[in-house]
Amino acid sequence: MKYVDEFRDPVLAKSLIEQINILVEQIDFATERPIQLMEFCGGHTHTIFRYGIEQLLPKCIELVHGPGCPVCVLPMGRVDDCVSLAERPEVIFTTFGDAMRVPGSKKSLLQAKADGADVRMVYSPLDALQLAHKHKDREVIFFALGFETTMPSTALTVLQAEADGLENFSLFCNHITTVPTIKAILDSPGMQLDGFVAPGHVSMVVGEQPFHFVSEKYKKPIVITGFEPLDILQSIWLLIKQIAEKRCIVENQYARVVQPDGNFPGLDAISRVFELREYFEWRGLGSIDYSGVRMKDDYARFDAERKFPVPNVRIADPKSCQCGEVLKGVIKPWQCKVFGSQCTPETPMGALMVSSEGACAAYYNFGNLPELMALKAEREKEEALS
Amino acid sequence: MCLGIPGQIVEIVDAQKKLAKVDVSGVKRQVNIACIVNEDHPVNSCVGDWVLVHVGFAMSRINEEEARKTLELLIELGEAQKEIDAMRAGAQ
Repeated sequence: MKYVDEFRDPVLAKSLIEQINILVEQIDFATERPIQLMEFCGGHTHTIFRYGIEQLLPKCIELVHGPGCPVCVLPMGRVDDCVSLAERPEVIFTTFGDAMRVPGSKKSLLQAKADGADVRMVYSPLDALQLAHKHKDREVIFFALGFETTMPSTALTVLQAEADGLENFSLFCNHITTVPTIKAILDSPGMQLDGFVAPGHVSMVVGEQPFHFVSEKYKKPIVITGFEPLDILQSIWLLIKQIAEKRCIVENQYARVVQPDGNFPGLDAISRVFELREYFEWRGLGSIDYSGVRMKDDYARFDAERKFPVPNVRIADPKSCQCGEVLKGVIKPWQCKVFGSQCTPETPMGALMVSSEGACAAYYNFGNLPELMALKAEREKEEALS
Repeated sequence: MCLGIPGQIVEIVDAQKKLAKVDVSGVKRQVNIACIVNEDHPVNSCVGDWVLVHVGFAMSRINEEEARKTLELLIELGEAQKEIDAMRAGAQ
């Protein structure tokens, strides 16, 4: 238990781990195959690695790191679209810092900026709105990305732009939705997930109800979870308890922040400005039905995709990258051919290495790198022999 | 991006636009508070509230203890400084 002393309440952490150890004994199938739990959210992935949570758990529990890092699942073609918009001379292209280094097929936004495009990092879409007020002769585009957590902020910003009568502000909308993606993961062949650690801040916006299908239709337990290491440990205990008792319900471990009905003003703003896209393309996972949103016709004048020509070319992921298999939990990050060699946090090839919330960056930064690289070399030797 | 950062509302800047000034670890910046106000808790009653701020929007009211714990976690994850620096840059 190398990290348990770092928990804010080590006694509680130890007791939860003991309980989990007792409970897994009661799960019949655990002797035949691992119990697989998926944490969907990149924030959870980061905490799990930082505190070495997986090492604290019994060997039969395997954590699968889901696709909940919006920067990581952004397909190359969309980055190319950003670059194309940013390179228009009249445009000030604004983005969260996380998206600057994501590789496109030709360049990242950071490289576009170095080549002379007016790309500016902002903390908030409100900062982009300020820029639009300040530079009336320019077109300010905000690169809207993220799950439901960030949707209210961009929706409210558009509503404010409308109220201000701004004509030089638009969104390049790449928001993605959690629920259809969890459904796609559950439907994907070969998946053997036994439970979900559900994202805390997405739930803060959407509430508990949208997750009921996971327990009702797919018969899997799901626990809405906070971001403290103890929160995650407690949720794993709740999930294992449900599995041991052969129950499956939606539980809310993060009730101190998540209301059962979500955030009404946030949901209201989302439904006024956005509507579901029929499908959206994800890096590594391909196209998922209804997994993205676009702007409603009423807000077309704030939609960069309608205001400007956007190439919208589909670019295949680099062949050597195995981001998709990592995202689905089919392989571990270190088992990818380019992990730690051609693909590192300094020179990322795949998106999972770009963001600190990506599974590969987490393995690279917090795992035992020499040990992982030795394992990788061994695996490659075995593959070469067979 | 999804973690947010806790802060305390210190001043209402524009009640109509639901804009308030929030103090995040000593850095003051303007945020939108539309998502935490309702009939029972109008804009003008928000001063002193601890809130979880995501990309310039207060998304949830939290208690002071929760705010402190969340900030400690962000510091340990190495995310707090990044967020505060971005906030400071955006405030200028």
